[in-house]
Amino acid sequence: MSVPRVWRRRKVLYRLEGAKCPKCGKIYFPARERCLECNTTPLEEYLFSGYGKIVTFTWVYTPPKGFKSRIPYCLAIIELEEGPRLTAQVVAVEQNDVSIGMPVEFAFRKIASEGKEGVITYGFKFRPKGYPNHAK
Amino acid sequence: MTTKREIGIVGYGVYIPRFRIKVDEIARIWGQPGELVSKSLGVFEKSVPDMDEDTATIAVEAARNAVKMASINPEEIRAVYVGSESHPYAVKPTATIVAEAIGATPDTTAADLEFACKAGTAGVQMCYGLVKSKEMKFGLAIGADCSQGRPGDALEYTASAGACALLIGDKNLVASIDHTESVTTDTPDFWRREGATYPSHGGRFTGEPAYFKHVLTAARNIMESTGTKPSDFAYCVFHEPNAKFPLATAKKLGFTKEQLAPSLVVRYIGNTYSASSMIGLAAVLDIAKPSDRILMASYGSGAGSDAFIYTVKEGIEERRKSTPHVQDYLDHKFYLDYSMYAKHRGKIKM
Repeated sequence: MSVPRVWRRRKVLYRLEGAKCPKCGKIYFPARERCLECNTTPLEEYLFSGYGKIVTFTWVYTPPKGFKSRIPYCLAIIELEEGPRLTAQVVAVEQNDVSIGMPVEFAFRKIASEGKEGVITYGFKFRPKGYPNHAK
Repeated sequence: MTTKREIGIVGYGVYIPRFRIKVDEIARIWGQPGELVSKSLGVFEKSVPDMDEDTATIAVEAARNAVKMASINPEEIRAVYVGSESHPYAVKPTATIVAEAIGATPDTTAADLEFACKAGTAGVQMCYGLVKSKEMKFGLAIGADCSQGRPGDALEYTASAGACALLIGDKNLVASIDHTESVTTDTPDFWRREGATYPSHGGRFTGEPAYFKHVLTAARNIMESTGTKPSDFAYCVFHEPNAKFPLATAKKLGFTKEQLAPSLVVRYIGNTYSASSMIGLAAVLDIAKPSDRILMASYGSGAGSDAFIYTVKEGIEERRKSTPHVQDYLDHKFYLDYSMYAKHRGKIKM
């Protein structure tokens, strides 16, 4: 990701910040300028709880450039408690630990790094809800 | 009648990565007698970060736990200090990443601190001063490290990863900071030059003239200035580069093994550097009762020690239920062999 793009997305990536329509209450992730339901603009900042569940998932063995050292890793579609869905990695799990419907929570991790000298992108991934006590 | 204004911890949070490698496994690679090495250090295993974890990510996780326990509006945090010897960038602060991630920006000051293993407690003293002088309501001090040991070096058995965040304020305290003072001299016992991957150290020189001189002096000084003695404290916490050093320190000062034992997490996670004495303190706060007094002395190579006296406050039992305890992180673990450990720590060049 380019430096301006990382910077523009920092609140989305670091805090799961989206948007809420002040008129009809519809919430969006990622944030957008105008409400798709009632056309209201601008929308308010909205902070998601960070909790959700796995809708579906896959284990990646053939990764894009830059992710080779981490395979296999789990990539999932996650439905946030508040409704919106997003795609993110699931971490702190082994292959048999992940299932559809599994409750997950926000985990702050390194997403990518531009070589040894470039900018590091940090942001959200997900892990089992209640970590590190989820298995108890 | 006026009540004395107290400054202290309004929330604390820790984070320890889930991966471990046994001292025995590291010793196997280097042809050393594992059991003997483990016994002499008093360390059985150490924590290892995931491949997408670094000092910034674990500092954020600990900070989020501290803010959750304090249950305050993060916009009221006006200082964020991250102490570490393994900041991800040589130039560009870790503290800005933490401040942004917890929602303390933009009306806050932030800085990275470096003083080997005591940079975190230096941050605590800075926050204590700022809150005490009424410059701000809350300051956040974090000690976090993903430390590196040169392959085959003695430090490789213990250099580990962990973070602890202490949120300092003057209301609704979990524990008050009753007094703090420091000892500092220029003592080159451990260092890492600009651009070097691994730190170097003075071998046995890291003991008597470095760790023991500073920690013992700081602990003796603070007891003298406050008119206290070891039996006045329910617990003591010292920097934990291994189990041997804090055990010897406690004995020399006249503390019992029982006063020290709850803080000795080094046995199971190794030396978390800037987080070491702070995680030890968190482990004690996880089990302490109101009115318990705690003596703590950190140590940073270079060298110095920050000593603190804390008193645990009413309501701690309820407050600490909101976040994971140190023991929860110790219990949740996944072992790596040396080759996976080497991959996790970037020791395999691709």
